Amino acid sequence: MSKPARVLLWTALGAGFAVIYFPLLVVLLNSVNADTTFGWPPKSFTLEWWGRAITNEGALHALWTSVIAGLSATAIALVLGTMAAFALQKYRFFGRNSLSLLVILPIALPGIVTGIALNNAFRTIFGLDLGLMTAIVAHATFCIVVVFNNVVARLRRMGGNLEEASMDLGADGMTTFRLVTFPMLRSALLAGGLLAFALSFDEIIVTTFTLGTGMETLPIWIYNNLFRPNQAPVVNVVAAVLIVVSTVPVYLAQRLSGGDSSSGGRI
Amino acid sequence: MTAVSSPSHRISAFFHRKPQLRLGLLLTAPMLWLGLAYLGALAALFITAFWSTDVFTGKVVTDWSFDNFVTLFSDSVYRTITFRTVGIALLVTVIDAVIAFPMAFAMAKLASPKAQRVLVIMVMTPLWASYLVKAYAWRTLLSGNGVLNWLLDPLGLSAPGYGVTATVITLSYLWLPYMILPIYAGLERLPVSLVDASGDLGAKSFRTFRSVILPLTFPAIVAGSIFTFSLSLGDYIAVKIVGGTSQMLGNVVYDNIGAANNLPFAATVATVPVVIMLVYLAAVRRTGALDNL
Repeated sequence: MSKPARVLLWTALGAGFAVIYFPLLVVLLNSVNADTTFGWPPKSFTLEWWGRAITNEGALHALWTSVIAGLSATAIALVLGTMAAFALQKYRFFGRNSLSLLVILPIALPGIVTGIALNNAFRTIFGLDLGLMTAIVAHATFCIVVVFNNVVARLRRMGGNLEEASMDLGADGMTTFRLVTFPMLRSALLAGGLLAFALSFDEIIVTTFTLGTGMETLPIWIYNNLFRPNQAPVVNVVAAVLIVVSTVPVYLAQRLSGGDSSSGGRI
Repeated sequence: MTAVSSPSHRISAFFHRKPQLRLGLLLTAPMLWLGLAYLGALAALFITAFWSTDVFTGKVVTDWSFDNFVTLFSDSVYRTITFRTVGIALLVTVIDAVIAFPMAFAMAKLASPKAQRVLVIMVMTPLWASYLVKAYAWRTLLSGNGVLNWLLDPLGLSAPGYGVTATVITLSYLWLPYMILPIYAGLERLPVSLVDASGDLGAKSFRTFRSVILPLTFPAIVAGSIFTFSLSLGDYIAVKIVGGTSQMLGNVVYDNIGAANNLPFAATVATVPVVIMLVYLAAVRRTGALDNL
């Protein structure tokens, strides 16, 4: 490739990253901006908002709800996603393609559709009151695909040779799974689980429609406080914390998946 | 050979002889969940779209009619909102593809393998830095005394303020990583030898791009577009945060469920993005884009 083309491409990459990170940096800076309306440039700095955020009961409670919902949805998604991945990767059967489309559907359709479809089903078909459980079920539905993608990618890369060898050597199905298949899947499961948790943690649209009234996950708490002027600085601190903390699961998942899920998705 | 007689061995031997049964067991739970519960919920939603709400009691009346669809298509307000939503979703998709392609190309073809890993993490990190945080960041950037106005003021320009432009900018920003990652994955698989061969045969850069690189990475671009397009179609929060007074389909759905308490009409409006997405997914299935997700 010609030199000017290379320079142009590197510039595009640099500019792209600058645009991606600039708004996040502004949020971080604003979390110590003493001006409650975030006037720019900041005239003075303060840690007061941080102190108020750390002791904000609403935010802490919402954080707890988010963690519970995320962990539960991830656990369900790990089981169902892995089962679906095994079925679709190891067997050839009628309707296999439709089924893989079905796994993708909950994230391929707009969140608001998934949200009101489940809201309607919970209340009118199943006659349930919306609560934490219904939100967990909804989250698990769109988290399945993340686990599924990670496990399928790993199974594809593994092939079946080692399992066959294990069976030839006399191990039964359970033993083969325990000693051969599972250890090789472990990091893919961990990566898928982390991403599923992060997906659940960040979800707001589906949650709005499936969580009971009076309950808040962290995104919903942020949303409810976004337009309250005296809460704005606290929201900003929570936002800043989320930016920093979100780097952890991404980094871990990337390391664990060994690059087999480098493709997109909400992954 | 004591293991032969153990019950666990007998059970797994039994399953080993019956692959159909194993498949059945593996599929039952995911199928019940996704096939019955999720598809069932979608079907129920679609049925509700043909019902109506009693004006006085606010209860859903299960009389079948096309009234909701007639309202949706004949009322100019909803027509405008539908066109605006699809227009915004298309524009966001095109903007993201144009920005993402050169970035993904530099990542996949110019960077060293070690740098590639770092760059992928750099793209993925903001993906998880909370949707709301990012939308909110744009609100503060675009605000009257925000950073953008401060930067643009010396140039005699000003930030677009809250409105459709702000919505397009914010959505493009939010979904950009969803476009970069699939294109990157597609370009990573593209053999350099093909690009070289094209050059050896006398093709200039642009010709190589148009005749070799673009056709081969097209499925990856389509895969990315599924997310940028679908996520934009259903969004209502970014619109509320930076959209000013303009509305999208998602806002109509949201308002009809909440304030207006008209679930049937909300369901009717929600079928629009579903139909658009299903047509889109069916159309792109042939390109192999779905395997790129």
